[in-house]
Amino acid sequence: MKRLSHYRRHRFAGPVLLLFALFMVGTTFSVATASTRQSSSVLSRSTSIAEGQQIFLKGCSSCHGLNAEGTKIAPSLIGVGAASVDFQVGTGRMPMADMSVQAMRKKPAYNADQVAALAAYVASLAPGPAIPGGEILNYERDGSTAQGGELFRTNCAMCHNFAAQGGALSQGKSAPSLMGVTPTQIYEAMITGPQSMPVFSDKIITPAEKLSIIKWIKAAETEPSLGGASLGRVGPVTEGLLGWTLGLGLLIGVAVWLATKAR
Amino acid sequence: MSQEIERLTDPGLPEHVHRKADSDPVAAKRAERQVAILFGLSAIGTILFIVSYIYIPLNIFVFLPILGSTNAHQLFLGLGLTFSMFFIGIGAIQWAKTLMPDNEVIAERHEFRSADEDRSDFIATVKERAGAAGLGRRSLIKRSLGLSLGLVGLSPLLLLRDLGPLPGKQLETTNWASGVRLVTDPGNRPIKPSDLEVGAVAQVLPQLPAGQERTLNSIAKDALLLIRLRPEDFQLSPERLSWTHEGIIAFSKICTHMGCAVALYEQQTKHLLCPCHQSTFDVPRAAKLIFGPAARPLPQLAITVDSEGYLVAKQGFTEPVGPSFWERSS
Amino acid sequence: MTARERAAGTVANYVDERTGAAKWLKKNLTKVFPDHWSFMLGEIALYSFIILLLSGTFLTFWFDPSQREVLYQGDYQPLSGIKMSAAYASTLHISFDIRGGLLMRQIHHWAALLFMAAIVVHLLRVFFTGAFRKPREFNWIIGVGLLTLGIVEGFLGYSLPDDLLSGTGIRIAEAIIQAMPIVGSYIAFFAFDGLFPGEAFIPRIFTVHVLLLPGIFLALITAHLMLVWYQKHTQYPGPGRTEKNIVGYPLMPVYMAKAGGFFFIVFGVTAFLSAVASINPIWLYGPYTPAQVSAGSQPDWYMGWLDGLVRMFPPIETHAFGHTLSWNILIPGVIIPGILFTGMALYPFIESWITGDKREHHLLDRPRNVPNRTALGVMALTFTTVALLNGGNDIIAIQFNLSINQIMWFSRIGILVLPPIAFVITKRICLSLQRADRDLVLHGRETGRLLRLPHGEFVEVHEPISPERAWTLTQHEQPNPLVLNPVDDHGVRRPGTLLNKLRARMSRAATEQVAKPNGEDLKEIEHH
Repeated sequence: MKRLSHYRRHRFAGPVLLLFALFMVGTTFSVATASTRQSSSVLSRSTSIAEGQQIFLKGCSSCHGLNAEGTKIAPSLIGVGAASVDFQVGTGRMPMADMSVQAMRKKPAYNADQVAALAAYVASLAPGPAIPGGEILNYERDGSTAQGGELFRTNCAMCHNFAAQGGALSQGKSAPSLMGVTPTQIYEAMITGPQSMPVFSDKIITPAEKLSIIKWIKAAETEPSLGGASLGRVGPVTEGLLGWTLGLGLLIGVAVWLATKAR
Repeated sequence: MSQEIERLTDPGLPEHVHRKADSDPVAAKRAERQVAILFGLSAIGTILFIVSYIYIPLNIFVFLPILGSTNAHQLFLGLGLTFSMFFIGIGAIQWAKTLMPDNEVIAERHEFRSADEDRSDFIATVKERAGAAGLGRRSLIKRSLGLSLGLVGLSPLLLLRDLGPLPGKQLETTNWASGVRLVTDPGNRPIKPSDLEVGAVAQVLPQLPAGQERTLNSIAKDALLLIRLRPEDFQLSPERLSWTHEGIIAFSKICTHMGCAVALYEQQTKHLLCPCHQSTFDVPRAAKLIFGPAARPLPQLAITVDSEGYLVAKQGFTEPVGPSFWERSS
Repeated sequence: MTARERAAGTVANYVDERTGAAKWLKKNLTKVFPDHWSFMLGEIALYSFIILLLSGTFLTFWFDPSQREVLYQGDYQPLSGIKMSAAYASTLHISFDIRGGLLMRQIHHWAALLFMAAIVVHLLRVFFTGAFRKPREFNWIIGVGLLTLGIVEGFLGYSLPDDLLSGTGIRIAEAIIQAMPIVGSYIAFFAFDGLFPGEAFIPRIFTVHVLLLPGIFLALITAHLMLVWYQKHTQYPGPGRTEKNIVGYPLMPVYMAKAGGFFFIVFGVTAFLSAVASINPIWLYGPYTPAQVSAGSQPDWYMGWLDGLVRMFPPIETHAFGHTLSWNILIPGVIIPGILFTGMALYPFIESWITGDKREHHLLDRPRNVPNRTALGVMALTFTTVALLNGGNDIIAIQFNLSINQIMWFSRIGILVLPPIAFVITKRICLSLQRADRDLVLHGRETGRLLRLPHGEFVEVHEPISPERAWTLTQHEQPNPLVLNPVDDHGVRRPGTLLNKLRARMSRAATEQVAKPNGEDLKEIEHH
């Protein structure tokens, strides 16, 4: 204790205490707000429409209605197709955790078989876009990265940012980052237009062009940094921040050392 | 001027405290070695720089924590330069701090104002010289000189005239006209209404006559956004409603605020957001502004279908697209 | 005499016999510079400028400032075969194919950010310590000019590669030009040789960026330094430091080694940032076309506050007599920055008008001893900070899960409310710091040692501060408010009664102080 009070008057005592306090506040906050883990319910293996209907009645009907006809708080699912279900439930967006702003990507509540059953059930209600897969999705063979980039910049970058890192929309909504999203999910999002996202019809962006977009996103995902840390690939804001903190901080630090007398 | 009270007394410059290296030869030797090591580090940095430049190919990547996978050539070249520069600096400052004399020196300051005598001399000289030129007496010369000097300033301005053409009506016209087909951007494919589902969008440009190249200048005025809504969602005047086709509505994509491409369409709220300054437009109400700095709605283009069933413009824009300018009349 | 000393003598002789500069050189080589870290801030800017000249020259060897359309044939797959301007293609070439090219591009850009940041902190140091007072008003104005030109130069610089982000910036600049009343569309057409984007703008701003503005910079920086040299540096108050002297180290060798060494430090830190942190990765942005835009399109930070102002301004436009006036562009984009920079340039004269102080000042103020000025500075800083934050509102929104609209409303209200609050709080803080100084001089410093008195009471032992410290805390003047009688000493009525009242009112506010302790007070304390 005596030592501590000795350091109390040290000239770095203020900054160090401030840093410590900030750290403590941050840690406490993040511990306090850490979300509780989602427990995934266990259900038997089945892909039949009947099984899907059972899951739907338990997990979805309270919002979407007993026959998926929609209610005041949730849209009708008749005609949305298997692709939409696979995207929304497969990425964990549905069932929605909180209805305030928009459904966020999270750990899926159902396993792959259950999602398939749900998709089969919804698809049986009315025809809609099917889950793309297999040969259709061979983007490595059928896509062109450069063409995909051009399409991406015209159709997607205004929401998802130039490097597919996501961006802000109005009223607290946001376009998510596309890093780590599977090709199937990207394709599904384009043909079904989930939430704020508009639909990109096959005649406007052809299936081949969609594969090019996917190929470009995958290339962006694995693109190494050429010039050092990527700083989040969000443009000049983080660059300015680093210049002011690390750059100017280092220089002022040296200037302080330069101007102190040697002992 | 100031409430002069009895001040404390200035104790004067504190006594000089000698450094270890000033009196202790061992410490001085140590300091010298430190400086030498620092300069040596700089030399090593330069060697790293040279080696990186010659031997590390441009396409090698290394993985580093925090930085991620990063280009080895760029990284080591940069670090080499960092070391070679930084340690020269640190060495020089360390040298100055530990081994160069650190006695503080006092120099005198003098007031900048010249002595009164010099000043009055100077003023008298100026007056006398000016009088010799006779500028005060010869008002004709003074005035004509003023006129000609003023006019001289005009010629460089005039020379800038040929920097560009006069605007004329160019800010008010686009390539959209009656019957011009809407084609996809990129791709240049004509569009049928059935190509768009409800909730779908398309980035659109006008079809150009065969052989005509599309320039950025034309894109900057022609770019269009096509959105399909349920027809019952529209809250439009009858005239504006007649400009839509089967729930498809077309807006100029060039923001009326500062000209960014407003293509950020939120399907659920049916809002268009400009990513530059966050002007928000309500699509069902003819892109009425609901938030942000833009003062006018996005211009709407009247569309219909031609005999082959492709979407075409019914007429050109009825107002200039893009940001405001002085000659704009509405 | 050693061989080296003889050699030095020979050189000195050689120079003197050809220039007769021995006396001048002797005087200047022993010139005294005071040592303080905050005096190095301007040097950061100066050295960044030299780095900018060096790295910029390197870049021009390959950069092709042309908007001619080319097809990209290089090795970077995601852009292969894409139409772009020669400017963009040559920037890709520098980044991908020239060894050290990307490093130099990044050094150039990081140095530009540091240049502007250093100018700003240097300006704040000069402002808060009152270094702009007579006789240094000219240098203050030159400094404000350098800041303004720096903003323009930086904007032109990052506009050159013609990528999607910078093209969006040029589009916005064009909209500001076009919005000017009467001449707007004409000037825009002259600048762009017709419609936006045209093919002339980048070649033209290239010349301005690499020739015209750097030339003006060089001239202004030279004048700035010559004035510093001639007027001698200011110094912080302290024992032995007066308005009539300057205490520090001689130029040769100490200051030369320190300042020269610091150049290498600045270069080293810039190289370090460039080695480890990517900046302006234009290959990710893609080439510019007017139909595309990216989420989160931002300018560099020194333009960010302007962009923030433009974002938050309400949608006001006047349409009358067949003409349009865009207040939503003109006020935040031209008028407010105009007022801010003009006010900043004129500030030394405004302050001396308020205080009536026309004397020379070489001793710096401790910011707390001039509460009004300090509060004004913090107020202006708060204004620009709110604007700057709003300029990044979309990035802040997505990083911290907030709503753009909320941030915008916070900024719209905050920019009006927060600066006055900052003024009041800063002034209060300054006054309580003055009070703390007074207590320190009169009662000494708290040692943290507790003493138990015989009757059981605990007291903390106070230790008197050193006479040096006491002098530093009390050396400043505490001026009285100006007395401006409606009638002057000669019995003549002063003109401009209202202006006089305003001046007296401001002078009263500027002289609000906590009385500093004087000799009397101390003697009284000693009696106890």
